[in-house]
Amino acid sequence: MLQKTPPGEMYLSIQNVWKAFGSFLALKDISLEINEGEFICFLGPSGCGKTTLLRAIAGLDLQTKGTVMQDGKDVSNLPPSERDFGIVFQSYALFPNLTIEKNIAFGLENTGRSKSEISVRVNELLNLVGLPDQGKKYPAQLSGGQQQRIALARAIATKPGLLLLDEPLSALDAKVRVHLRHEIKELQRKLGVTTVMVTHDQEEALAMADRIVVMNHGVIEQVGSPTEIYRAPANLFVADFIGEMNQVKSQVTKGGRLSIGEKTFACLSHKFNDGTPVIAAIRPEDIIPHEPGYLDTGGNRNCIEVTLDEMEFLGSFWRCRLSNKRFGSSELIADFSINAVRRLGLEEGCSMVIELPENRLMAFDVPEAKA
Amino acid sequence: MNSISTDPGTLPAGPDIKPKLSRDDMLMRGSMMVIALYLIVTLALPLYTMLSKSFSTYRVEPSQYEFQVSDEAGVFDGTILSGGELNRQMKVFADADLVTGSDGRLPVTGFFPDFNFRSPVMYQIRNTTNAGRFLIGSTLKEGTDWVELDSNTFRRVQMRPVQSRGMGNFVSYFSTPALFNSIKNSLWISVVSTIVTVTLAFWFAYALNRSCMRYKGVFRLIAMAPILVPSLLPGIALVYLFGNQGMLKELLFGASIYGPIGIVIGSVFFTFPHAFLIISTALAISDARLYEAAASLRSTPWRTFWTVTIPGARYGLISAAFVVFNLVITDFGLPKVIGGQFNVLAVDIYKQVIGQQNFEMGAVVSVVLVIPAILAFAIDRMVQSKQVALLSARSVPYQASPNPKADRIFLIYCSLVGLFIVGLLAVCQFAALIKFWPYDLSLSLKNYDFNKMDGGGWGSYFNSIKLAFLTAVIGTTVVFFGAYLVEKSNGFKLGRSVFQMFAMLPMAIPGMVLGLSYIFFFNNPSNPLNGIYGTMAILVICTVTHFYTVSHLTAVTALKQMDKEFESVSASLKQPTMKLFARVTVPVCLPAVLDISIYLFVNAMTTVSAVVFLYSPKTTLASIAVLNMDDAGDIAPAAAMGMMIFYTNAAARIIHLIASKGILTRTQAWRSR
Repeated sequence: MLQKTPPGEMYLSIQNVWKAFGSFLALKDISLEINEGEFICFLGPSGCGKTTLLRAIAGLDLQTKGTVMQDGKDVSNLPPSERDFGIVFQSYALFPNLTIEKNIAFGLENTGRSKSEISVRVNELLNLVGLPDQGKKYPAQLSGGQQQRIALARAIATKPGLLLLDEPLSALDAKVRVHLRHEIKELQRKLGVTTVMVTHDQEEALAMADRIVVMNHGVIEQVGSPTEIYRAPANLFVADFIGEMNQVKSQVTKGGRLSIGEKTFACLSHKFNDGTPVIAAIRPEDIIPHEPGYLDTGGNRNCIEVTLDEMEFLGSFWRCRLSNKRFGSSELIADFSINAVRRLGLEEGCSMVIELPENRLMAFDVPEAKA
Repeated sequence: MNSISTDPGTLPAGPDIKPKLSRDDMLMRGSMMVIALYLIVTLALPLYTMLSKSFSTYRVEPSQYEFQVSDEAGVFDGTILSGGELNRQMKVFADADLVTGSDGRLPVTGFFPDFNFRSPVMYQIRNTTNAGRFLIGSTLKEGTDWVELDSNTFRRVQMRPVQSRGMGNFVSYFSTPALFNSIKNSLWISVVSTIVTVTLAFWFAYALNRSCMRYKGVFRLIAMAPILVPSLLPGIALVYLFGNQGMLKELLFGASIYGPIGIVIGSVFFTFPHAFLIISTALAISDARLYEAAASLRSTPWRTFWTVTIPGARYGLISAAFVVFNLVITDFGLPKVIGGQFNVLAVDIYKQVIGQQNFEMGAVVSVVLVIPAILAFAIDRMVQSKQVALLSARSVPYQASPNPKADRIFLIYCSLVGLFIVGLLAVCQFAALIKFWPYDLSLSLKNYDFNKMDGGGWGSYFNSIKLAFLTAVIGTTVVFFGAYLVEKSNGFKLGRSVFQMFAMLPMAIPGMVLGLSYIFFFNNPSNPLNGIYGTMAILVICTVTHFYTVSHLTAVTALKQMDKEFESVSASLKQPTMKLFARVTVPVCLPAVLDISIYLFVNAMTTVSAVVFLYSPKTTLASIAVLNMDDAGDIAPAAAMGMMIFYTNAAARIIHLIASKGILTRTQAWRSR
């Protein structure tokens, strides 16, 4: 699926933002621009700084240095109450002693709206999130998914220019999560509200975001559409964090080919000089299976003979462990379709040929050894 | 696609972002400062005044005065005599005589052996320094000008002491055996009471938590009863039981109840509920899975007890021990009533201040008493913070299984302890209703005719109710709001941690010490708050401050259970924080708010130690009346008044129970699914 370029003009601009907790730097020189109407996901492992960045945008925990501009206005040092956003937390943070209606109406009060206007708006929001008859209930009487929808309704009640979602789905069951992420995305598209969501779930980010901001150790590793991030990760961290990735030690040899073990492979997408040690990488689903002997007949240079050591049935495909002495000690993991396994008669212990397509094989810098 | 993968290193130079404070932030910080200021004025400053008082020494310096003496014709020859010199020659005052209190005064005529107030000889006197002071009659003279006096007036000249700072008071304290023996006495009775109470309370709590004994509810109620009476009430009951004309005097085999025995028995009575509550909580949270594991490993019950039960409850036991120790060592009412000649620290403070008007020595004893109290408190806090870490959400509550033999033993044991508690209360009630023990045993209500006794009469009872009510309302408001501000305001870390420290301090300060420091601080004419001295206001303030810590901790615990993002959500919806506080925080925390108010009410009814220094004839209190009537020998009316406090507190608790139930079912409908 092709991602359209993000719509609208620049809405939120983050420039050189730093956040220090004592001597620990949680955010290091973060710069980022977000366009109006865009759905952005901050994705990264826990402790990467994504929630810190969100809270800086909201003004809940101010950044130590740097500028945050929202809608052309410098909001860097403003308290949350003077910014324009709605927020939804993982814990929902619904007021337990107020009914659903009163929860949603909380932000509408003291804004010059009449009682009947508020009541109309509350009903409209309840319909919008698909819970029209639940207004008189208390939060504890609703399911987790329903509570999260109410929290969402409360956050968008005042029509804020920016919607912030802090791991909104993490506390929910897997099925509810999948369902609700679709609904949130739909709602966001309908309202056209610029949205920033923090998540550690890559699947969620890939499914919902227009653009993903991958973060690690307080820096942005890559910004791009889900397909860009998945197909062309900028570095080994992104490659490894999103999806599965085989990694094999390698070196660039003559003509830019990658040498792995005793063999060399063609690789189209790298810009390393000859002789550089690199990590060769390929996603398990990109490995193409062939029958034994394919090597001799086709003569494809990026093919290699392997032994199928182990097969694991994962429902819609087989996950296979492959090895070859000439490949060194590394093992490869490949995902083969059920069709392919049946067609080629693959079973544990058999020999086969795999192809590492030259446009799918990637090369990355060798990461520095960690102290 | 853009990417940044290089680590940019260190934080750039330049100023950090300065947050712009919202109106709510400023309001919350302002309010927090106000409450912090309240704690400073009602706690820190009085304590500081007291501490500095304990280091103030007063000494008369004869060398500060110079004299001239005329001949019979009233002519001065210009010879100037130094007071210091005269004192050395005549040996009028020894060094010890010169050390006095702030009110000390010494005559000067002793320096002149020929002095006769009828002689025509004239005298002149002056200070050698501007700081010097002497009295002529009741007029204070300062400055270095000569004052000429006839001999009859000279007779009325008195030297006044000079204040200086030093360890002098402490030196004289530790060189007076009658005083420092109290340290040993206090420690001794506190340790004995602690061991006895914790042992009794442990088995009582064990029976209630770990057996299938019957009547658990009744025993739980009985165990809590002593909390409703002043600590001196068991003393009165003991006098009736074992005093010189006691009903069961023979049981003591000639030993006297007036002294350590009486104090220990009474202390066990009034500290029992505190120890029971803490240990009971510790036993209640023990994990059933450990017992299943022990049983599956074929451990004997005895071994299980020592390897599972005791280690699981050890923090509770330690915490209970320090709480009991602290209560006993700081208690004043009980040793006052039944201590006899056995001196303890808390009573020494009272005796020094009320009996001898020696405020400096009172301050010294206070400082001595604060040290073990603070130590016990600090250890207790440390232990309690560990106790919390033991709680695990996955623990399975222990369910006792019936064991007829053990259950019967526990029932007998609990009945004995229950009998002890109910018995002492019953003796007081009985004594209150009898005309004249032991001569006229007919029943009468004449002991309730408080207006005919010392101590303020029925007025003091109604004063107490007023005090308890005001303390509950004002205290709950201040404490809960203060706790909210500390827990939920943004930034301002230093201010918040200082506030926390102030909020914890009252727990470590014995009531006697607090009361005495209030005298020093508020009774000073140059203090602008001097006006509240002797009014109901100072009693309310003192009581709120005295019981601040436990209330604060209750409020903080309740607030910590609230989602910490409520404030963030409210701010993002641009609603004032105070709206959130009123609409959500207070309603959700209502059970805790009610608990704080009843705690303050009950304690205000029973407290003696802090307010004993602060009441005035217009603001006598019921608990003080018990003390004063007992002091005056009106023991039966004292018992009657003590029981009035008991019934009032019991009624307050019942009303509180009914009211909370009513309010909770109406306002907390959201709790039920």
